[in-house]
Amino acid sequence: MAVPSAETQILRLYIAGQTPRSIKAFANLKKICEDHLIGKYQIEVIDLIQNPQLAAGDQILAVPTLVRRLPEPVRRIIGDLSHTDRVLVGLDIRPAS
Amino acid sequence: MAIAETPGHHSRIVQLSKSPTGIDGFDQVAGGGLPAGRPTLVCGGAGCGKTLFAISFLVHGATRFDEPGVFMSFDESGDELAQNVASLGFDLPGLVEKKKLVLDHVKIERREIEETGDYDLEGLFVRLGYAIDSIGARRVVLDTIESLFAGLANQSILRAELRRLFRWLKDRGVTAMITGERGEGTLTRQGLEEYVSDAVIVLDHRVTEQISTRRLRIVKYRGSAHGTNEYPFLIDEDGLSVLPVTSIGLTHDASSERISTGVARLDMMLGGRGYFRGSTILVSGTAGAGKSSLAAHFLDAACRRGERCLAFVFEESPQQVVRNMRSIGIDLQRWVERGLLEFHAARPSLHGLEMHLSRMHRAIDRFQPSVVVLDPVSSLLRVAQQTDVQATLTPASRTAGPSTSRPTWRSRRSWTPGSC
Ligand SMILES: Nc1ncnc2c1ncn2[C@@H]1O[C@H](COP(=O)(O)OP(=O)(O)OP(=O)(O)O)[C@@H](O)[C@H]1O
Ligand SMILES: [Mg+2]
Repeated sequence: MAVPSAETQILRLYIAGQTPRSIKAFANLKKICEDHLIGKYQIEVIDLIQNPQLAAGDQILAVPTLVRRLPEPVRRIIGDLSHTDRVLVGLDIRPAS
Repeated sequence: MAIAETPGHHSRIVQLSKSPTGIDGFDQVAGGGLPAGRPTLVCGGAGCGKTLFAISFLVHGATRFDEPGVFMSFDESGDELAQNVASLGFDLPGLVEKKKLVLDHVKIERREIEETGDYDLEGLFVRLGYAIDSIGARRVVLDTIESLFAGLANQSILRAELRRLFRWLKDRGVTAMITGERGEGTLTRQGLEEYVSDAVIVLDHRVTEQISTRRLRIVKYRGSAHGTNEYPFLIDEDGLSVLPVTSIGLTHDASSERISTGVARLDMMLGGRGYFRGSTILVSGTAGAGKSSLAAHFLDAACRRGERCLAFVFEESPQQVVRNMRSIGIDLQRWVERGLLEFHAARPSLHGLEMHLSRMHRAIDRFQPSVVVLDPVSSLLRVAQQTDVQATLTPASRTAGPSTSRPTWRSRRSWTPGSC
């Protein structure tokens, strides 16, 4: 399961409050990163309830939304990240089948 | 203008609070405007004027009614929008700068989005709420939220969230306009009419025989009286305006004052005193029967009394009219020079009926004449269905006020004027 580049994945997880869904999304993300990107990722969690001004800039509609800011191209993955396969495809860790 | 006196004002006490759009004619038709603090759905086919209608509502709100607004666009970007409406005199960047307007372009690319499990659209709510709070917005436009259906795969989440969104807008007390594209057999493609049930407006754009006609209809308006006809509207350099012509009731005053026809013997035939002031006179006759001459006498007599006159001519230029009338001893030129008489010449085929009417409307509004002449009214038949002329022409001219008298005349006998 090779990462296409050695670059670090800069990830932002947008949530709106500490809801069960956002807690689940964070846990899923953490696990996927630990399993597949060990040492090559950064996660920043942005709570839109506290920072509503950040929603427009990253084109956020759905929450949770995971935005991979780097490497380019920017990717957006919405939902609680419970479909691991889809998250891996979305992050270019695994090719789309 | 007498146009403000629609039946809605007279016959019912309007209890619902209204949010005026400032769109010429629309507020009269809608009994004052959109339902304040509630969502309204504006729908119609591609290019029918939804975006322009919505942006006019916001710009007028910000500039005339001290109600800042948020435009959330799901189609054009803020820059595109600003460029598109700059020709109408709307300065969107200026309004944004003054914190009277927020433009937020919601961009969603299905290709870029991976859906992995459960989500909701709280991000959209936060974003909209933040935009509203940042300027104290009272008005919101969502144009057109249906684009979300193409961007998101999970339609059941989307539908549930839209239902929640429209309720949320109502709870926030903002006057919202939601646009939607017309669907097959439904008002909107995604059935937004199910969610927005307070007021529904349908816009329509048809092209018949190369002449385009735009129409507006209020399909539904809970708790309010409203005109139910299809109203012609137009989009030109002055923006969007609705002609509420067919909504004008027969409530205008009937004057018993008489004014001279300009022909002594004809005055005699009419009880010795001439036409009723404020009435509509149809002069009918074959080519060369003297219709234009009769009108010239009428104009001349009015100008001699010092009254202002407006003449709409469709088959000749003003110079031709003046020259021809001089040959029968009427000098109209001097009235033109004194500013008492104004000619408006336009080829019938130049515009659709709505455009003609709207231009006439504006000219009358500006010049405030007491006498108006249309020569020949039958020319307008060439650009419109007969029923359109009947429905629109008489009331349109009545809006000029009860003091206006106008002989209308035509060159062909084939048209029965009906109620005119
Ligand atoms: N400055 C202008 N002068 C005259 N007509 C204009 C002007 N601006 C726009 N229009 C007319 O308005 C129409 C477009 O209006 P608008 O963009 O509001 O329609 P729409 O219903 O939102 O369309 P869409 O389905 O593409 O979103 C154009 O087709 C054009 O004929
Ligand atoms: Mg549009």
